[in-house]
Amino acid sequence: MILDAKIPDGPIEEKWDTWLDTHRMIGPGNRPGRRVIVVGTGLAGASAAASLAALGYRVDAFCFQDSARRAHSIAAQGGINAAKDFANEGDSIRRLFTDTIKGGDFRAREANVWRLAQLSANIIDQAVAQGVPFNREYGGALSTRSFGGVLVQRTFYARGQTGQQLLLGAYSALQAQVAAGRAQVHNRHEMLDVVLIDGVARGIIARNLVTGEIERHVADAVVLASGGYSNVFYLSTNAMGSNVTATWKAHKRGALFANPCFTQIHPTCIPQTGEHQSKLTLMSESLRNDGRVWVPRNPDETRPPNAIPESERSYFLEERYPAFGNLVPRDIASRAAKAVCDDGLGVGPVKRGVYLDFRDAIATQGREAIAARYGNLFDMYRRITDVDPYEEPMQIYPAPHYTMGGLWVDYELQTTIPGLFAIGEANFSDHGANRLGASAMMQCLADGYFIVPRTVTNYLSTLPNGITTDHPAFAQTEREVVERIDTLMGIGGRTAPQVFHRELGQIMLDKCGMSRDADGLAQALDEIAAVREAFWSDLSIDGRADELNPSLEYAGRLADFLELAELMCLDALRREESCGGHFREEHQTPDGEARRDDEHFAKVTAWAYDEGGVPVAHDEELEFAEVALATRSYK
Amino acid sequence: MRFTLEVWTQASRDEEGHFEIYEVDDIAPDASFLEMLDTVNERLAARGWRTIAFDSDCREGICGACSLTINGQPHGPRQVTTCQTYMRDFRDGETIRIEPFRNSAFPVLRDLVTDRSALDRIIQGGGYVSTTTGPQPDPNSMPIAPAVQQRAMDAAACIGCGACVAACPNGAAMLFTGAKVTHLNLLPQGQAERPARARSMVLAMDAEGFGGCTNFGECARVCPQEISLDVIGMLNREYRRGARRRADAVGRVP
Repeated sequence: MILDAKIPDGPIEEKWDTWLDTHRMIGPGNRPGRRVIVVGTGLAGASAAASLAALGYRVDAFCFQDSARRAHSIAAQGGINAAKDFANEGDSIRRLFTDTIKGGDFRAREANVWRLAQLSANIIDQAVAQGVPFNREYGGALSTRSFGGVLVQRTFYARGQTGQQLLLGAYSALQAQVAAGRAQVHNRHEMLDVVLIDGVARGIIARNLVTGEIERHVADAVVLASGGYSNVFYLSTNAMGSNVTATWKAHKRGALFANPCFTQIHPTCIPQTGEHQSKLTLMSESLRNDGRVWVPRNPDETRPPNAIPESERSYFLEERYPAFGNLVPRDIASRAAKAVCDDGLGVGPVKRGVYLDFRDAIATQGREAIAARYGNLFDMYRRITDVDPYEEPMQIYPAPHYTMGGLWVDYELQTTIPGLFAIGEANFSDHGANRLGASAMMQCLADGYFIVPRTVTNYLSTLPNGITTDHPAFAQTEREVVERIDTLMGIGGRTAPQVFHRELGQIMLDKCGMSRDADGLAQALDEIAAVREAFWSDLSIDGRADELNPSLEYAGRLADFLELAELMCLDALRREESCGGHFREEHQTPDGEARRDDEHFAKVTAWAYDEGGVPVAHDEELEFAEVALATRSYK
Repeated sequence: MRFTLEVWTQASRDEEGHFEIYEVDDIAPDASFLEMLDTVNERLAARGWRTIAFDSDCREGICGACSLTINGQPHGPRQVTTCQTYMRDFRDGETIRIEPFRNSAFPVLRDLVTDRSALDRIIQGGGYVSTTTGPQPDPNSMPIAPAVQQRAMDAAACIGCGACVAACPNGAAMLFTGAKVTHLNLLPQGQAERPARARSMVLAMDAEGFGGCTNFGECARVCPQEISLDVIGMLNREYRRGARRRADAVGRVP
């Protein structure tokens, strides 16, 4: 299969404008006759649904939560990047573009990333117009701050709740469209399959999570904005319900899945304390602006952190990466933390933690300044750990946070299934092998507000109308969905889904987490197969399929994670190099840094599903015309 | 730690509910309230028994999904969300009564799960700035003093959990509605629709069957985001202001 990314010709600065100038349109009078389904109501989904409805299309938005406002984008803390240069540092679209390409370790598509950087400024304008209360300077102008992997202050923020405010902006724009009658939100609904007619996406099958009813929904285009798959690791910073089901079902119907092994382990999370723990809590990366990361130099250290003198502390990020210090990109900070803990220098009950210390920042800037910047994060830390971070350093450790892999999409954000689009974290596109901080919200909103409304229009303009849910393909797909549910309900075992999930997570974290090697990955494949077998023979689901049933929802999502996990390991095995979040032990420099292999792996690996067979890898070669391929150095 | 749980159990919206008693042992003090329920469910499942249904998602206090009334108090004893309530906040051996958020506008769907979509419909009544996607003015062309931004942010921080409604003896949603009105009416972007906003949102609120405010203040005492009662004052003021200007009001006022 040839993967055609459909990148427009011409200089990189003009590609998107060229595309816009030549794309096909639909007149306002013809739009209400067209239906678009959007699955997921996070930043990408809500902004897409609101924008498509505002254009005049009939939009059906779906979310499994009880309200569209609860999608996990709400938990994004730190901020959103934009190339506005409000800090007068000489920032530009090209600089944001270059930082993102480099931050992604040269595994993203240049044309897409340029467009992202280009649209970044519009996002801030859009959000402010909706009433998003970004932080302001004394004169009333927007504040910015710095984030990992860059040397400028281009990150806009609303306290430590930027994701909440941006999502509520998109959510309220969507509610305005609901009030206007152009959009409908189907909350407590989960997409369980995509319906294809003649190879084209024409609708979805969804389960009403309250009644258990299986519903058919028809559309002219389907947009998946269902987020990432970090919950394959069991413990992650994602929400309990975050899952891969929508994208995985699309994958099984023919959409290629790209770079599944590219996952991000975020350096600043609260360490795990016990077996009962259900999730890990992120502490915004913005804390690294003022917090200093260190461990005791002595592996047998027993004193409390404040009693350890300066000379006996190792500020390992500052020592190893003097240029960027505590603000190195996430993959590098995470691996460095793992390395010092592997050397026995970790802190905390199981010695898997490092200190994040605000003592110096409080001494130089005052407690008030620090509280104004991070107050809610400090409160949250105190609530969870019962330790006051104003008085004692935080303990942090890396945790699965974001997945760069996802459905393969072309420049128009269309998957390999015509009429099926993927946006936000659900696609693989813009972050390469490592996402920079404050870039996820930027990408979600660029996709949702500005890109997919155009590319869906372009697609719809050539599509014949007139399909209904009476088409036999709907009946057939619905039957398959019902059979899968019946199979799950019929296992009749004695083990709750979370038990299998915990086992899966341990395997993935150990063998397909922050570092991987061929032996471990091969072992992981065997172990995953064993968990899968146990799942399908000993799963217990209480209750019935025709009622609100959290166990059934959980089991269905876990079944998909168990399949995805195998593909992640296969992808990690095939990629014989280290890049970004993908660190293969076999491929490192003598001083332990990642060693990329641009000759063989400057490409995207997109996997095709084969029922009962072996997944097939297809490559999209990446060309770097604007940023010369170079080893990343943050030293 | 050991606890006796009295858990509201209800098969569906149309069926009667009752309290089910569970004796639970061996719970870590650092487990969150919801992790304690996870543990109970895992043990129930291992015996092939029916598990307890409850809403939860982000488990870091921001999504607003979790919604339990614990010992009569929405979200429990600490004025934080249920997911940020820890078992160390309770006495060993304590009997804990767990109910859904109680309000006629929040029908119980199963056990501790309620339907709070009425809150979405209040927002649909006018909790937005009617701007569509497209070119927008330079954000610095409308300076906003940090003090104003902070006040707007204090109100905008509402997580839409509905604890305010569950705590109110009248079942009012005034803190929720007032928070949105305050957030938007303080900002320059919210001015065009200001004359109509409070009125149309209050109409939507009334249509859902929420009660009216009689200044008990219970809502603010349970709000995990510590949203101030001031927003209700703001809502009332804006509502009266809207009534006076009804003649030239724009938007959705009937």
